Amino acid sequence: MAKYELMVIVRPDMAEEETGKLVTQMESITAATGGKVEKVERMGRRRLAYRVHKQREGIYVRLDFEGDGATVHELERRLKVMDSVLKFMTIRVDDMIQRAAKFKARLARQETRKPKPKSAAAGPPELEGESPTQEAQPRSE
Amino acid sequence: MENQRPAPETTERRVRRETSPGAGRRQFFRRRKICKFCEQKIGVIDYKDLKLIGEFVSERGKILPRRLTGTCSRHQHLLTVAIKRARNIALLPFASEL
Repeated sequence: MAKYELMVIVRPDMAEEETGKLVTQMESITAATGGKVEKVERMGRRRLAYRVHKQREGIYVRLDFEGDGATVHELERRLKVMDSVLKFMTIRVDDMIQRAAKFKARLARQETRKPKPKSAAAGPPELEGESPTQEAQPRSE
Repeated sequence: MENQRPAPETTERRVRRETSPGAGRRQFFRRRKICKFCEQKIGVIDYKDLKLIGEFVSERGKILPRRLTGTCSRHQHLLTVAIKRARNIALLPFASEL
């Protein structure tokens, strides 16, 4: 099973409980196709960068889930039919995370190889860089 | 969005003001550009992180080239994908009118 992230934009006039209904619907679809929703995040109402179906705003909802192609397929098929959904996008995240881990491991190796000049120069930015990396990791697990 | 290039890093050599990095006047120092993502050890560029991604997009909504931003090829690739994803989900414009 792979990890995915599904971003859905619904119409801005959609009521709170209606988005909740949509989320539960999505959850049941994932469960029915053998997947599992890990996290639901409502990112709220946002201004769209361009008009979609004559709308300038939209409500963003993000679903992090685990599943197979069948899950993605079914979710997308259902979303495509819904009138209240302006746009959606599914992204696979596990391979991205894997590649990132590889990259970090390589960086670490490089640093152990030649620690002298680099460590002095890269001292402070290293600390600053810590927060985005930590931010990126919880999403992966 | 206002600044076309990422803010100058503190570790870099000081440059004379007259030259912008792209100006290509040989008699001046060119500022050594460092990949921001390598420096901060960012492995995943998230399309939702508009604060970060926005730095690498022009006012027009175009992706800034590597020669302006100093991004390494690995991260430029990841960045491109992230920007395109953000565009797809209406977080960034495909083309913004000025």
